[in-house]
Formats: sequence, structure tokens, C-alpha cells
Amino acid sequence: MANHPAYEGFVPGAWQERIDVRDFIQKNYTPYTGDEGFLCGPTARTTRLMDKLHALQREEQARGGVLSINTDVATSLLNYAPGYLDRDEELIVGLQTEAPLRRGVNPFGGMRMAEVACRAYGYEMSPKLKDEFLYRTTHNDGVYRVYTDDMRRARKIGVITGLPDAYGRGRIIGDYRRVALYGIDRLIEEKQRDKRALGRRTMDYETVRQSEELFQQIAFLQKTKEMAALYGIDIAGPAATAQEAIQWTYFGYLASIKEQNGAAMSLGRVSTFLDIYIERDLARGTLTEERAQELMDDFVMKLRMARHLRTPEYNELFGGDPMWITESVGGMGEDGRTLVTKNAFRMLHTLHNLGPAPEPNLTVLYARALPEAFKRYCARVSCQTSAIQYENDDLMRPLYGDDYGIACCVSAMRLGKEMQFFGARCNLPKLLLLALNGGHDTLSGLDIGPRMDVMDGDVLDFERVYERFAAYRAWLCELYVNTMNVIHYMHDKYAYEKTQMALHDTDVHRYMAFGVAGLSVLADSLSAIRYARVRPVRDADGYIVDFTREGDFPTFGNDDDRVDGIAVRLVQEMIRELRKTPAYRGAEHTLSVLTITSNVVYGKKTAATPDGRKQGEPFAPGANPMHGRELCGAAASLNSVAKLPYADCRDGISNTFSIVPDALGPTPEARERNLCTLLDAYFGRGAHHINVNVMNRALLQDAYEHPENYPNLTIRVSGYAVNFVKLSREQQREVIRRTFHEAM
Amino acid sequence: MRGRIHSIQSFSTLDGPGIRFVIFLQGCPLRCACCHNPDTWDPAGGTETDDGALLERVLRCRDYFGAEGGLTVSGGEPLLQSAFVRALFQRCRAEGIHTALDTSGCIVTDEALSVLDATDLCLLDHKMPTDALYRRHVGCPIAGPERFLRELDARGIDTWLRRVVIPTVTDDPDDLRALYALGERTRCVRKVELLPFRKLCQAKYDAMGIPFPFGHLPECQALPKL
Repeated sequence: MANHPAYEGFVPGAWQERIDVRDFIQKNYTPYTGDEGFLCGPTARTTRLMDKLHALQREEQARGGVLSINTDVATSLLNYAPGYLDRDEELIVGLQTEAPLRRGVNPFGGMRMAEVACRAYGYEMSPKLKDEFLYRTTHNDGVYRVYTDDMRRARKIGVITGLPDAYGRGRIIGDYRRVALYGIDRLIEEKQRDKRALGRRTMDYETVRQSEELFQQIAFLQKTKEMAALYGIDIAGPAATAQEAIQWTYFGYLASIKEQNGAAMSLGRVSTFLDIYIERDLARGTLTEERAQELMDDFVMKLRMARHLRTPEYNELFGGDPMWITESVGGMGEDGRTLVTKNAFRMLHTLHNLGPAPEPNLTVLYARALPEAFKRYCARVSCQTSAIQYENDDLMRPLYGDDYGIACCVSAMRLGKEMQFFGARCNLPKLLLLALNGGHDTLSGLDIGPRMDVMDGDVLDFERVYERFAAYRAWLCELYVNTMNVIHYMHDKYAYEKTQMALHDTDVHRYMAFGVAGLSVLADSLSAIRYARVRPVRDADGYIVDFTREGDFPTFGNDDDRVDGIAVRLVQEMIRELRKTPAYRGAEHTLSVLTITSNVVYGKKTAATPDGRKQGEPFAPGANPMHGRELCGAAASLNSVAKLPYADCRDGISNTFSIVPDALGPTPEARERNLCTLLDAYFGRGAHHINVNVMNRALLQDAYEHPENYPNLTIRVSGYAVNFVKLSREQQREVIRRTFHEAM
Repeated sequence: MRGRIHSIQSFSTLDGPGIRFVIFLQGCPLRCACCHNPDTWDPAGGTETDDGALLERVLRCRDYFGAEGGLTVSGGEPLLQSAFVRALFQRCRAEGIHTALDTSGCIVTDEALSVLDATDLCLLDHKMPTDALYRRHVGCPIAGPERFLRELDARGIDTWLRRVVIPTVTDDPDDLRALYALGERTRCVRKVELLPFRKLCQAKYDAMGIPFPFGHLPECQALPKL
């Protein structure tokens, strides 16, 4: 195997002796510091296929968001005949079902969820499929067997929301590159060896479980090979050409999304890996630049066709039908060489060749030392498409090495070596209101948690409020960790990600990723209580239902330490409190400040807050300051967010930034230059993430009124990009209300 | 040293070269008919702050300045608080931060001119083409800004001449050519910058309950080609 003919021309190394994709990359990749001059436009073939796909997407939108559903079988690797967009013209093949954009049904997470999803689009699950699951325990069944009353209630009133208890948890990245580099047979051999080694250990609970998991992994590697065979392709051995490397990698990904409907099914970091194969073929004269771009275009087209069937309630939390096919591009190596290759450019260039689109979720790993030409190109693509996000490689590399990827929006993990248990998020402003009302939720009328008297006094006292809040937070954090433990135990038991975990080392490091929503609302509320005079308004029963304010108070987003310090303290104490309850399977607790589009629905479930936010009003997304409260412009706003410590928020800190083109600079060149300066400054201050939108509010207003004119308008929302027209009307309105930095 | 500020814009690309931190000072002796910030007129309004605290805020944003950016002090009329601006500029100079003064040039006292000792760039708002229009729409004679320009030139301070192009008032191509000619023959002028007249400020006038004198004029859709 060490000297497989497919490896001819590669620098040999440890990667041949063991599964080690990083070693292969480091020994074989070619850093690129030049500009985008070499890139090729779309070929006639690419344009023809893209036209076809656009037509299907329009039809999908016209049918209410779902083109069609196969309700006869449950989704899996071998349950569908091979499907094509255009069998004669495609260079990279493989669809989730037998037809483009047709969605499969995935009842493994929960039967009711799958049924509701079918019905929402006018379909009924076939009786045969229902019967198959009659005697089968789903992940959802398992969870509800164990959920305590408090867990159900916390979920019901919405203080913990978006729990992955009825669908795949996602946020696991298979190292899909392994399929290309080693071929399926070698991967199976390695897993068999690991399983034999386990057999020599004491058969305790963890060993038995791991051994069974390895059995499943091996079975699904086998199925992945059979799935490829349905398309007439043998992926038993390593890929021998660039086209094969892309195809093999894609088959690994495809098998995973046929098996799992995780909320985020991210791709990892494939561009530079694939560049090695492209460079070899270019050197051999068997590939041209035009063809190389065509292969990447075709690959990305496939990714843009990936779909999961979701319920309308799910879409409220995660608007726009996202898959989070996050591809991390760029970054620096630990040895100081840049990991930018020509293929990083080709990947970003698909936004030009195929038009802007939200998927794959292109994520630039930004480092101060990135080649200037690459920075400038990224800025250009941002200004033209608003379709990419940036994350701080200088912050993450020391923690995750130089072969990590981003799952979902902002969750970093070493590829093939680490995974995470996705933990949704808790609603911080609601927790404050519960604390003030002694465990009573005024919206639902339900009680939860420790019972205390309603906070008394005419004017709220900061110290007393904070002490009360901390007491309820301690209760919630324990409940939150325990709820996650139940969910992930059951997910492992009834909906284990065998395909993706087969593309990990057998011994993986696990994170359990908790989250908070409404951080800026809570920080501003506490600031109001501390620096202004906040009087509670009570209802007839004495519960606090609103607040009045007298005097000014500093708000998050103005680079004012008085309130920014409160936000910092809140996240530091939150993770400390979460760590007090051990996480399932020895996982390491992490925290994110990220909402996706759930800031709208969380706001809806939260009564008026002391900062002046009215009942039902949306929160700001992620770690963003509340819109309308950033009074000092963009740099001050960015500085406030940059203060949130990544060391305490290791699952990421999302900031969505919108700026009108004229405010960024008078000419396209000035805008690109200024955006690079802005990114250098923001990340230089230790910030973690930024979504960049360069557009006018008027454009979104027009798209809101005339969606038919903007089928492909892409905007960054909160760690991902969406087609604006695919958001709900409510979500669209919230996006329009957000701060657009302009200079007056 | 304490002064009154109206507001801060920590990221501007329209008030001088590169990315600027702009401090809008409170108070203005003029009543320009095209004024964009009527809420800066009252010298007793705004918030009192000291130059040290402001410098601290500027320093936190200096990474955003890039190679060309820096601090711009605007208003209101910043030279109404000359000593304060001078103190702030001197502090910035000591930190190596580029300083730009955005002024109408109507205050030409020794104290006002002393600010120029610590000024790297002046954005001189040359508002109207004639003395008559100055008196009518600005409320002062043209002699002030013209003398201010001579003082800038005598000190060799880089200057951008700026004018808002207001339809029917300042959009005459000959007048604008004359402005460019003034720029040509004045050695310190590095750039002539035309800015389109906008009416986003209407809401401010409405909120203050006073009429916007140029509210009836159309916005400038495109800068004239000269």
C-alpha cells in the first residue's frame, strides 16, 4: 500500500504508513502567493448545467420550498437508484436521491418530525415506510423516555431551545479527504485493526460500545463503496487523478448526508488537499486550468444541490433551508507557510462562475500573514457577493493546529480527530426574567426551577439582581448539561453517525458545545439596571411584566468597557458554571455566542426586558450589539465584540456585519483595501468571526417587496449565508432592521 | 482640557484619506442652508468630555486606520473650541496619528490658527462660489474662508477644498471650474472634492421643529462632469 501506483509523484512520508492526511498535505502542497489572474471563467458546459439547476431551483421555490419528496423509503446509502442532473455532461456524479433536489425522508431522528415535514409540503409518508418504523426506536423516542419534567418544561417555555432531540445533531465533520487519499478498503482495514485491538481489552461499557460502533463504521464504509459502484465507480483504492480525488471526496460527503440529516453537515477543509492532485495532473499535462476550474465548479454545483427535509418550525430556528456545507479556505501552516493554494482561489471563484449562493458556506481562515493578493481577492469577492465569512486563524491555529475545519458556522475542530455534541443554546434574557419573577414565566404562566419571591423594590438594585440571576443560572446550567447528556446518549444509541465517524480516528476528542442567545440584550439590561434607574412594572399578581427607565446607560457596541465588561463577565461565568456538571462521554464543555436565525423566535418567546426591548422583539443575532444602539460607528462596534474572550467561548463568537458600499469606500479598489484593513484590525484585537455584507438596506427592502426579482440574492446572516428570499417574512424584516453601518 | 462633543463616528471613509475616526464637535456660529447636522449648532448642547478620554478612544481604533487613516475633527465648527482641538491634535501627533481638521474656515483668530500647528490636513469647506451667496446661505462673508486658505498656504498645510453640489445653487459648471482653478493656483491644495447634496438630515430638522432651508431642493443625483 505504501507504494500504491496512485501515489506516484507524491512525496512519501508517514501518511503512507498510517492515516494522516495532514502529513500528506504538508509534504505535498504548493503554497500560492500570487493573484487571481490565472483563474478561468465558466465553460459552456458549466453554464448549461447551471442553467438547468437554476430552473430546478426556481421550480422548487415556486412549490413552496420543496421540489419533491421520495416518501417510499427511508434515506440511506443504497436506497435510491443513481440520480443525475445531466448524466452525459456531469463531471462529478452523485445525488442524495434518484432525482435532483428531490428530498429523502429521514425518520431515524424522530418519526413525528418526518411525518410533519412531509405533510407541510403536501406529501404523506408511505404506509410501508411507517410500518418499517413501527417497532423501531428513534433517537426522539429514546430522549423522551428519559427527559425529566424540568427538561420538558425548559424546552416548552423556551429557556433552552433548538435542542437536537428530533433530528440529527450534526456538527460532525467526516474527514472526507481520507476516502480519496486511502480508498475505502484501506480505511476498512485500519478500522478492523482497531476493532481487534479493542477485543483484547476488558469488555467494560465503553469498550463494548466502541466495538459495536466500529462494526457499524465498517459496515457503512462498505456501503459507501457500494453506493459509488451504483454510479459505476470503484472507490476501493486511492484516487489516481484530480477528478477522482474530487469524486472520491464527494462520495464520502454524499454517503454522510444520505445517512444523516444533522443540522450542520460541514465539508471540512478540502480545497488545498485537492490542489495537490490538480497540481500533479497539471504537471503531467493531463489537466488544463480550465478543466481544473470546471471540476471544482461541478463539485460545488453538487454541494449546492444537497437538501434535507425539514419542518416549518425547524425553519424558524434555522431559516433559509441551510445545510452548512462549510468549507474552510486559506489559513497558515504551523511552519509559517501559507495554506493558500491556487485551489483556494478556484473555490472562491465558483461564486463568480456559478453565481453567488449560500452553499457551500465558504469560510476564509484569516491570518495576518496571509498573502496580500489572497486577502485582496477575498475582499473583492465579499464586496461583490456578500457570500463569505471570515474566522481568525491566528486565534484558532495555536489551539487546533493547522488542519482543523469549521463545522456549521463557528465551531472549530481538528479534522478526523475531534467531534462535537451540538448543544443548541439557552435564552439569557429569558433566564433573567425568570430570575426576577422567582421562577415564573409570565408568557406561558408556567413555573420552573427554584421558587423564590418576585424581586421586590421600586428601583432594581444591580447587586441584588445579579445575585439572583447567578442563582438561577447555576440551576439552569446543571439542567442544560444534563439535558444534553440525555440527548447525546440517545443519539449515539439510536442514530449514531457511522459514516462520518468512520472517517475519524477511532479514539476521538469530544466537545460538548453549549450556546447562549441574547447576550447583548442581557448585557444592556444589566447596564440599564446599574447605570440608569430601572423600575419594574408589575401585573395584578405582582409579577414583573415590563420596565421603565430613567437616565442614560451605556450599551454594548460602543467600545465602552462599562457594559462590554458585563458581557465579558457573563460568558466567563457561564462556561465556568456549565463545567460544574460533567458532560456525557467525557466531553469537553465549550460555549458559543451564536443564534443562526433563532434570534427572531427567541425574541418572540421573551417578555419585555430592562434594556427597553419590547415583548416579542427579536434579539440581535449572535454576539451582535442590538440594532440601533451602536452609536459610534463600525470600529467601536467591532471592538466591543472583539472583547469577548475566545478562550471562554471556544465554540465561537459570531458577529454579522453589514456596511453600505459607500461607507466602506468611494471606489471598488478603496473598498477592498479598507475591508482588508478592517479585517486585520478586528482580528488583531482577538476577535473570532465576522460575516461581511456589503450592501444597501434599500436593496433588501426591494427584495422584500419583489422577491421574484432576487432569486439568488445571498446575504450572510449569523455564521452562514442564505438566499434572502428563502427566509420567512419575519426573518426578512429582522434582517432589514439590523444596523447597516453608514457614514452620515 | 474639556470640550463639548456631539458624537463619534469610529469608521469613516468620507472624511479625509483612508479610514478615519471622526469626532463631531458641538457648536457652530454658522447657519448654512444646506447644513446636514443642525443638532450640532447649539454650543451648550452635546456631551462634555476631556481630551485624554477621547484620545484613549481614538487609540483603540488606530488599528483600523491602515497606512493613510487617522483622526478627523469635524462639527459643528471645531474651531469654536480651538484650544480643545489643539490639545487633542497635539496628543495625537505625539502618538503618530494623522490629524485632519474639517472646518468652514470662518473663524480666523490667532487662537483658531494655532490649531494648524498640530494639523496634518485641512478639509476646507468652500461652501459657495460668491460673497453674495455666502452672505445669503451661510451667514458670513467669503473673506473668512479665503483668508483661512491663505493662512493654510502660508504654513504649507495639505488642504482639500470641498464643496457640496446643491442643485440650482452650487451646481453651475463654471463656478465649479473656478473652484478647481483656485485649487490649481493654491500650492497647499492637494485635492478638490465635490460632495453630492443629500437630504437624509430632513428628519433631524423635523425632530427639532425647524424648517430645513434647502428642503425644497432636489438631491444631487450625479456630480457634474467638468
